[in-house]
Amino acid sequence: MQPPTVATEYFVVLSAVLFIMGVLGVLVRRNAIMIFMSVELMLNAANLALVAFARQWGNAGGQLTVFFVITIAAAEVAVGLALIVAIFRTKKSIDIDELNAMQG
Amino acid sequence: MEVIASFVPLVVILPFVGALINLFLGRYMSEKLIGAVATTAAGLAFAIAAVMTIGITAHGYEATVVNPPLLDSWLYIPSAAIDIPWQMRVDTLSLTMMLVVTGVGTLIHLYAIGYMHGDSRFARFFVYLNLFLAFMLILVTGNNFLMMFVGWEGVGLCSFLLIGFWFDKKHGEGWKNSNAARKAFIVNRVGDFGLLMAIFLIFWTFGTLDYYKPNEVLHLEGEPHSAAVDTLIRAGEGGHGGSSQKGVFAQTEAWLAEGGHIVSFGVFELPFETVITLITLFMLIGVTGKSAQIPLFVWLPDAMAGPTPVSALIHAATMVTAGVYLITRTSVLYHAAPLSSAIVTIIGIATALMAGFIALGQWDIKKVLAYSTVSQLGFMVAAVGLGGYAAGMFHLITHAFFKALLFLGSGSVIHAMEHGHHHAHAHGHAEGDSHGHDDHGEQADHGHDEAFDPQDMRNMGGLARRMPITFVTYLIGTLALAGIFPLAGFWSKDEILGKAFNAGFNDGKIEGFLALGVLMVAAGFTAFYMWRQIKLVFLGVPRTEAAAAAPESSPSMTIPLLVLAALTIFGGALNVPLGVSGVLVLGVLFIMAGFWLLWALPGVRLFFIGRAEPVTSQPTVNPIFRLIVLASSAAFILSGAAIMFVPSLGASYQLEVLVLWLEHSVPYTKGLTLNPILAIVALSVGIAGILLAQRVYSPSALAEGNQDILEAQPSTRAAFRLSNAKLYWDETYGRFIEQPYNRAAAWLANKLDWEFWHDRFHHTVFRDFYKRAADFIATPVDRGAIDQGFLRIARGVAQIAARLRGVQTGYVRTYVFTMLFGVVLVMLILLLPLLRQ
Repeated sequence: MQPPTVATEYFVVLSAVLFIMGVLGVLVRRNAIMIFMSVELMLNAANLALVAFARQWGNAGGQLTVFFVITIAAAEVAVGLALIVAIFRTKKSIDIDELNAMQG
Repeated sequence: MEVIASFVPLVVILPFVGALINLFLGRYMSEKLIGAVATTAAGLAFAIAAVMTIGITAHGYEATVVNPPLLDSWLYIPSAAIDIPWQMRVDTLSLTMMLVVTGVGTLIHLYAIGYMHGDSRFARFFVYLNLFLAFMLILVTGNNFLMMFVGWEGVGLCSFLLIGFWFDKKHGEGWKNSNAARKAFIVNRVGDFGLLMAIFLIFWTFGTLDYYKPNEVLHLEGEPHSAAVDTLIRAGEGGHGGSSQKGVFAQTEAWLAEGGHIVSFGVFELPFETVITLITLFMLIGVTGKSAQIPLFVWLPDAMAGPTPVSALIHAATMVTAGVYLITRTSVLYHAAPLSSAIVTIIGIATALMAGFIALGQWDIKKVLAYSTVSQLGFMVAAVGLGGYAAGMFHLITHAFFKALLFLGSGSVIHAMEHGHHHAHAHGHAEGDSHGHDDHGEQADHGHDEAFDPQDMRNMGGLARRMPITFVTYLIGTLALAGIFPLAGFWSKDEILGKAFNAGFNDGKIEGFLALGVLMVAAGFTAFYMWRQIKLVFLGVPRTEAAAAAPESSPSMTIPLLVLAALTIFGGALNVPLGVSGVLVLGVLFIMAGFWLLWALPGVRLFFIGRAEPVTSQPTVNPIFRLIVLASSAAFILSGAAIMFVPSLGASYQLEVLVLWLEHSVPYTKGLTLNPILAIVALSVGIAGILLAQRVYSPSALAEGNQDILEAQPSTRAAFRLSNAKLYWDETYGRFIEQPYNRAAAWLANKLDWEFWHDRFHHTVFRDFYKRAADFIATPVDRGAIDQGFLRIARGVAQIAARLRGVQTGYVRTYVFTMLFGVVLVMLILLLPLLRQ
């Protein structure tokens, strides 16, 4: 008996929805933590699309890539959180709009 | 011969190495070691020259050209066809010069060890002396005119350095010395101009500077135009060009034999004979400079400012004879230019007479010898001018012996006078001034003796008793110079007079008669001034405390004197125009004369027996010496007459060793048969000069008030004053050359250079123009156009930047959005082809 199959289109649509949510989060949120989470959301949307296509084509390369992405995302989390802590220590705030020293 | 001759570079290198050792290590070495190094270097060079002489004699007098290692291609410019190799020539002429230079040089080195003892620059003196030898040997061994010129300039440099050796003497003496050195150097530059012109002309004409190419062998048996030269000429015609195949002299012979050769100088052409005359006349200018002839002789008397060994070696025996050597070496050219030869003769005899006259009135012991040297060089130059190349070389050799002897003797006298002066003062003044006995550099430092001149003959007198060896050797040199039979000077002077006689009576040349007469008078002058010197210096009674206390010099100084005296006595045997039996009789005469001298002369007896006679026993030796001179002269004349007039003694086999020897390297050398009447006349002139001087300067050598006898007599006063003033040569040159020159130089410097060129031209043209141009470039161009342009550009950039700065909001979302927009844009571009399908 065949396992219930879900069409790849659904995964892709879900992935796109998640990615757009992530983009919007990065664009509109001012809390650094939230922006960070939105970035993670985008990464995972991309992961979802990768495994979906890997499943469709029966190619393990996509899944392999996902592992790399997760690993690097973990490292990125460590660095990113450290940055946020450092920002908080200096600014006593994690409002991203206050970090406008680059304003021309 | 090849093998032995290949040692010739060593002859030059050894003195050079000696100079280098003393230059770099001299300061760590003792005086004895320095002197030993220098003397050994000279002596080894002499030994090698002697070995080569034996070698060349054993191999048929064949000339050899040697390429020294590492130096064979010296000047080689193929594009200009210039190939001047550094080659050395070993032939009988160069060997003769080598032997004289190194032989006399070695003796003078030895002498200088004693003479320069205690000098503050002892090592440097020997460096210069050895360097001089090296350059002199380059001069005489070179196989081309350029090497000769290198040596010529090198010896000029060493002469300059040594004349001015005591440039730091106190009380203005140093200035005099260095001025004398500069005078010698500058006057010689005038002569060098002529020599250089001659060399340029030679190169232009012949395309080479070599005397002979290495493959050319000079066989000149009897007639110079021999088959060997003809073969060379034919070989040259077969080759290409020919000029590069043959040396200068063979080329000259070829063109002269051919006849009508024209030399092209680009814009104009000259016959070959004219070119040779030009070359030889230019060369003559060089000769008058180096060999101190009219008009360039004025430097030589001043050159006596140098230490006495220098005067003996450079300014009497070797360097000044370079001109005679040069004419002898280029005998082919001079033989082809009768006009030049006549001018050479006239300059020679004029110099001989003029210098002999000036020597009559000098007070300085070395000045007399200096003018005597000029006079004798005039004899040599006259001889080579008359075509007597062997006679000139013969007189060069014998003159080197007896003039070096006389100079060294005068040095011994000066040395003794300085000692005697110091000695007398050390006893007279008990203050105990502790000046060094031998320090020449400090000799003018003695506070009390500024007025004392150890070279002034008026301060001397009676030195014969104090200095027996110096006296005897000096006497021998004097008699040789005066041409007294049978000393060396008699034979060589007689040969020159014989040449003049032949040129006049056999060839009918005007200058021959002229030379005969003038040289006879000059020979009379020679005898007179030399005997005057003997009278003033050695005979009579001491005129100063210094002369009374003068000691004999050390063995290092007297041994060279004795060796040179022996050479002076026997040197004439080099070229005796007599047969074997005549020479045997001569030898017996010599021995008899020796014993006789031993008996007669207290000085000689003192030297050989070593028993000093009490000085006070005889206040004067005048009667004895008058007797000696008269008796010896009579004996020599009688025995000489016997040799000359008994035919069996003058056998057909001639013993003119030097002529036979030089024939192998000097073309147109001819021997001479002794002319008995001429010899007797010449001898009589010499004896008459001596007797006249003896008569004039007796009983006292000086008149009242330290005047010369001749000056005290009204009839000869004018002549003596003229002679004493050196015929006003220096004053004339000062008036007509120096002053106009200085005025011209001052005018050029003050008026032309400073006032016109600097003040006017520079200020108006250069400075003002420069200022205006600089103002224009600075104000309108630089500050106006360039600066403003760049400022405007900068301002525009600033404005654009201010506007662009607004892009940077500083908000993260702006950057993120920009990035997103970019990503979308890139994706759109990538996907556009897909969408189109």
